[in-house]
Amino acid sequence: MNQPVELQPDETFVLNVGPQHPATHGVLRIKMEMNGEYIVHAETVVGYIHRMHEKMGEIKTYPQFLMNLSRLDYLGAMGYSHCHALCVEKAAGIEVPKRAEYIRVIMVELNRISSHLVWLGAFIMDLGGFTPLLYTFQAREHILDMMERITGARLTYCYIRFGGVSRDIDDQFIQSARDFMPYMRKELVKYHKLVTGNIIFKKRLIGMGHISPEMCRKYGASSGVARGAGINFDIRRNEPYSVYPELEFEVPVYDGCDNMSRYMVRMDEIEQSLRIVEHALDQLPDGPVMPKKAPKNIKPPAGDYYQATETARGTFGVRLVSDGSTTPYRMKLRSPTYSNMHLFDEACKGLMIMDAMAMMGTLDLVIPEIDR
Amino acid sequence: MICEKLKQALKPLFPAEETIPPVIVAEGEEPAEKTPTPQREAVIETDYAKCGYHLDIKATPEQLVEVVSIIDQNDFFIESITGVDWIEEGEIEVVYDFSRYDFDLCRVVVRTRADRNNAELPTITGVYAGANWHERETAEFFGINFIGHPHLVNLLLPEDSDIHPLRKDFKP
Amino acid sequence: MILTLTILLAVIIAIAWAAFNAAYLVLAERRGAGIIQRRPGPNINGPFGLLQPPLDGIKLMAKQLIIPDGADKFMYISAPVLVMCPAIMSFVALPYSDWLQAQNIDVGLLMVFAFASMGTMGIVFAGWSSRNKYSLMAAMRSVSQAVAYEIPMIITALTITLMAGTTNLDAIVAQQSENFFHWNIFPLFGETHNILMPFSFLIFFICSMAETNRAPFDLGEAEGELVAGFHIEYGSMGFGLFFMGEYANIVIGATLATIFFLGGWSCPFGLFPGVWWFLIKMYAIIFTIIWIRWTFPRTTIYGLLNLSWKILIPASLVNLLLTAGLMKVF
Repeated sequence: MNQPVELQPDETFVLNVGPQHPATHGVLRIKMEMNGEYIVHAETVVGYIHRMHEKMGEIKTYPQFLMNLSRLDYLGAMGYSHCHALCVEKAAGIEVPKRAEYIRVIMVELNRISSHLVWLGAFIMDLGGFTPLLYTFQAREHILDMMERITGARLTYCYIRFGGVSRDIDDQFIQSARDFMPYMRKELVKYHKLVTGNIIFKKRLIGMGHISPEMCRKYGASSGVARGAGINFDIRRNEPYSVYPELEFEVPVYDGCDNMSRYMVRMDEIEQSLRIVEHALDQLPDGPVMPKKAPKNIKPPAGDYYQATETARGTFGVRLVSDGSTTPYRMKLRSPTYSNMHLFDEACKGLMIMDAMAMMGTLDLVIPEIDR
Repeated sequence: MICEKLKQALKPLFPAEETIPPVIVAEGEEPAEKTPTPQREAVIETDYAKCGYHLDIKATPEQLVEVVSIIDQNDFFIESITGVDWIEEGEIEVVYDFSRYDFDLCRVVVRTRADRNNAELPTITGVYAGANWHERETAEFFGINFIGHPHLVNLLLPEDSDIHPLRKDFKP
Repeated sequence: MILTLTILLAVIIAIAWAAFNAAYLVLAERRGAGIIQRRPGPNINGPFGLLQPPLDGIKLMAKQLIIPDGADKFMYISAPVLVMCPAIMSFVALPYSDWLQAQNIDVGLLMVFAFASMGTMGIVFAGWSSRNKYSLMAAMRSVSQAVAYEIPMIITALTITLMAGTTNLDAIVAQQSENFFHWNIFPLFGETHNILMPFSFLIFFICSMAETNRAPFDLGEAEGELVAGFHIEYGSMGFGLFFMGEYANIVIGATLATIFFLGGWSCPFGLFPGVWWFLIKMYAIIFTIIWIRWTFPRTTIYGLLNLSWKILIPASLVNLLLTAGLMKVF
């Protein structure tokens, strides 16, 4: 429905979206050059909540840096800790017990569901539908309660440690997680009925906000953005890590390159994450959750290590350059939304402002994670 | 598979390497002690299980754009660009990460070094548009001038600051 | 003299009724949203939160009135008044039962529509004078929306006038008052035998929602992209007046729909006749509007305009022509 329009650059004005704006979900600023309602040119300005986590990584010792990871992305924090832990364990050669790895995956996937639920609610709120937000938050509350009992935190976890996890899960957790599965599946059906089938919703999503596979490649997009462009790319499958090879799940791929595809990818991912958790709970082995001799002082041998994982928002990478001391020489955090957001400048050209905002919603932005 | 293909494609760029047999080293950063020459070779295969990437390419600043174009032609996507400050050697290393969307897994790391005092590198935004922000970030953190970059202003740091916090001699 | 006083009293009561409705519909909306969203809604102040609207009013009045730098002061201040006043004025002509009406005006229908279109001017004033690009864009949207949706709305009202042969709202209701089946919305049994009437009702309902800037047509205050739209710079009671004006307009829309299509205060089979029938019908429509707001996402501006220019206007014109034809036949 996006009719081509003659853009006359001498009739444009600049609209400053943000840093405080309801659709940006944080402090993000976009300078939009507008021709009426059409965007001629957009420039994203980030960095309003830059905290220099990478410098902190160089100053703090390895265990001290653990809690920084969960401050990157306040919605899917567990996935980021997981990636960091995997990288350091790989570098330092720490063995992780099987049970601990399973618990990590369970927690990461539960966290992914809760993150996607927030995205779903916030995205539909961008489109003007307020009600689903309350529904998704209600479902998310169950997950947070479950995770709080074990990890001690609701958002900024420091649960994953080098070598394992800080606390074993108990029967009550397993029971509540098992109870959660049918509940969440029922809720998902409800969301689909309320949202996906809605005619206005469909009209705003189908065919809008085109992001081509080539654009994804040039910008390094991942997660729903890439999978919504027909790219079958999920680090959990493409570059298996942890215990994901032992678990059954599918990678949802839609090739519409539009908002609807990206939306459907994330909706299906909730379902797949439920499957992973269920399967991991079935297979959960017995044993310790920390190795017997967990190293106190972590001194990875000198070298350059890289680890990428699939977090709720896409490919998160940790590059660790070690010089053999107790602090990293360099700690690079490659955040997924950084690449996804970068793409917005190009993708929103020629769109109307409300369609651009809808597209921005499908990118699943968490600003602290861009700014790091 | 694709790693071999990429190596073959890169061969004309690094003619000197053809004489030296490829050596698999465990760590990407430094050549293994067994290697006779102190200078590491330009394209080496690394141990994926240990390092997390397959190919480690060391390019000079002049070769950089060409190497990246070859990588682009082989359908790699850009994952990130970052820097490492080797203060003892007086050099700044810029690291480019590339990977692929398909199941033919091959992570490629391209390293290039610039002088610390006069750090200048060519931009690769002409090849990968997505390098724009990564280069801006690296430029502000390490004080590297990416020649030819369309809009080299601070991205994450305040727009009027000229500090380079990730340099090892940075004093806040 | 006494006659003048009576009229004055009636007008004051009508205005009070409008203000009361505007204030308490805010509460109803919030409670309704609460029910729909599985949460209680405002329930602290007074029983069932009934003290919430006056307290909100006190809060808003106690706030500082801020006029942005460089704003057109006169237009900025007059805009909320221009939204609220016409809305209240319309209430004077609305009949709630055969005796409960401030003023029986022969051109009541025309008067209501005339005042309804004035509200748009207040929105344009607000958007223009705020000196804010968001509000300006919102004002432009609102104008195009109002222009687009007034046409099918008035054409549909014209259909009713054609059938009733009068623009007197009282008389329009009186025509339908005989029986349950004589309401205009029931096609086959009434005097009019117009099978297109449910269809007209749908057009009218959609248009009245769009006219009052209600979701899913709230493009003028789309908080997703235009933050708050035309009232972005307004605080204090200026904002309050916009808010109340919107709800007053909803009441007008629902009242007109009741009068035109649901037989006004007439009751099915003569059951407990009285003004409450009118209120039940009116609030049922208002509840539907609230329900729709909390269920649907917002449309796009081109989707909105396409709906009007490509579907509703032709449909209402055809409707008018066919109705005229049917009138001729029967």
